[in-house]
Amino acid sequence: MSGHSTYVPKSNAGKWLEERLPIISLMHSAAVSMPNPRNLNYWWVFGGIAMFMLIVQIVTGIILAMHYTPHASMAFNSVEHIMRDVNWGWMLRYTHSNGASMFFIAVYIHILRGMYYGSYKAPREVLWLLGMLIYLLMMATGFMGYVLPWGQMSFWGATVITNFFEVVPFIGDDIRTLLWGGFAVDSPTLNRFFSLHYLLPFVILGVVVLHIWALHVPGSNNPLGIEPKTKQDTMSFHPYFTMKDLYAIVLFAILLFYFVFFNPNFMGHPDNYIPANSLVTPAHIVPEWYYLPFYAIVRAIPDKALGVAGMFGAILIMFVVPWLDTSKVRSAKFRPAYRIFFWIFVVNGLLLGYLGQVNTTDDFLGIHGITNLLISRVGTIYYFGFFVVILPVLGLIEKTKPLPNSISEAVLGVEGAAEEAAEMAVATKAKA
Amino acid sequence: MADSVKLEEPNTGVEQGRRDFLYIATGAFGALGVGVGVWPLIDQMNPDASVKALASIEVDISTVGEGESLTVNWRGKPVFIRHRTAAEIQASVDTPLSELKDPQTDAERAEKPEWLIMVGVCTHLGCIPLGEAGEYNGWFCPCHNSAYDTAGRIRKGPAPLNMEIPEYEFLSDTKIKIG
Ligand code: HEM
Ligand code: FES
Repeated sequence: MSGHSTYVPKSNAGKWLEERLPIISLMHSAAVSMPNPRNLNYWWVFGGIAMFMLIVQIVTGIILAMHYTPHASMAFNSVEHIMRDVNWGWMLRYTHSNGASMFFIAVYIHILRGMYYGSYKAPREVLWLLGMLIYLLMMATGFMGYVLPWGQMSFWGATVITNFFEVVPFIGDDIRTLLWGGFAVDSPTLNRFFSLHYLLPFVILGVVVLHIWALHVPGSNNPLGIEPKTKQDTMSFHPYFTMKDLYAIVLFAILLFYFVFFNPNFMGHPDNYIPANSLVTPAHIVPEWYYLPFYAIVRAIPDKALGVAGMFGAILIMFVVPWLDTSKVRSAKFRPAYRIFFWIFVVNGLLLGYLGQVNTTDDFLGIHGITNLLISRVGTIYYFGFFVVILPVLGLIEKTKPLPNSISEAVLGVEGAAEEAAEMAVATKAKA
Repeated sequence: MADSVKLEEPNTGVEQGRRDFLYIATGAFGALGVGVGVWPLIDQMNPDASVKALASIEVDISTVGEGESLTVNWRGKPVFIRHRTAAEIQASVDTPLSELKDPQTDAERAEKPEWLIMVGVCTHLGCIPLGEAGEYNGWFCPCHNSAYDTAGRIRKGPAPLNMEIPEYEFLSDTKIKIG
């Protein structure tokens, strides 16, 4: 992609193809010869894991679609049919439903990794924007997928979320009717959500290709946040990082299949095993866990339009992080104050997630007089404050620690790096 | 190719004006054509003829005694038909308009005071409120704690508007047509 391919076709067929469509050298440069910083830690494996999960979702999803019926009167039963009658249907469905959760876990860790190590800073802004676009598309895909089994949570989740669009000035009502295809969530809504649920993962796949392309132009960031300078600072993608990523994927798959085989409904809601009923709302409606922090924000704001704006704002603000953060230093390793605010941000996100599924009027953790609503408001303020106050201001006032000269010096020490450089020079000479 | 041949730019006034006009006219016509072509692709998502055909229903209310309610399905949404008690009507009539977020008199809410007919959908995010519940003894939406009074008017919580009154008419004393 950016010209570091060392691929030379050996066979005649390979040469013939290379002259006409250099697709093999393109893939070779992306997944084999790509030089990667030698100091990447395990937080860097979640991109590969997310890619793996996308493929798991597409494969299991296409198979589920062979047995599923997108109609209000048949959808629920067709999912039960998948669970009970279709060969391995239970396993495919549980892999798909737990797979969605695991996909989000991987992507959340991947995003937080980027925030900790400042991976969104120049020259990786477009890479970050494409990643955020993937995340947004995933939210839409996951939401529409959750509607498909047509249980009570499917139906009422769809109702609440489509109602968000009503707050759009002037045309809100029309947008909502257009989404519904009727006067409420009903069969036409289910049918179009199925169509889009099938489409969007392939759009995601396309954006993933762009994301990887945008990665290969500047190359990966690394835990030190300084650019590799010499060959000594990098290692080739294959075999070093392919094997490391594969190892991590295997561990992650074990976790996924623990849920599939031993605890398949842990991340789901029991009410979704009650068929949708448009005349009765469940006493306690909650979205899928991966939307909970945003749901807590809607509920924290007492006004309907502002609440919805706050929720969408909370997602959209992440797009502009590269321009909100004024610090030139990337990695939190060298930003002692940022590191603290970052971890508070993570804990605050988990807290908002917890608050998104409890009754707002109850006491927070049983502490008398402090309601969940109050804590949700504090959490919402910190969430936005982190982006619009802490990121811009901290970059101007924080005293950062000195950066190392190079990656290999940081890894091996000054002497070790010099020694290794000398060895490399000898080896190159010997080859010549 | 193009860079080796230097074309003479006919930059004289009239020519240029004509070209600009042709350019803009072609562009505008093309944009219009795209718009006309795209509209059916979007409009197909709007309610279709079979959905619209179910737009009105007739309901027999003779069995609903005072203090009782009936919920019927209209356009996929519940419609609450409540036979209000004298106390409920009084509570609503006595409420000063200044206390209301979305001011409407009781008479605007119910054509015949004893019959309150409204779409049973919370105007916040669309859940279905529970009847005879909440601080104002009207309806209470458990989703995000919106409380409505005995005329279905919003009193507390994040919902912005009173519950919607559908179009309806009394065909007789015991029969109504909704929609
Ligand atoms: C980005 C990737 C995807 C995500 C995050 C995702 C997410 C989901 C979720 C959360 C559900 C609900 C599972 C449940 O509770 O039962 C679901 C259901 C479903 N998905 Fe996907 N999905 C993805 C890709 C696909 C693809 C590519 C297809 C192919 C057509 C597909 C087809 C289905 C079908 C047929 C169902 C209904 C059956 C069921 O509920 O298990 N999905 N999806
Ligand atoms: S939907 Fe009724 S309060 Fe939110």
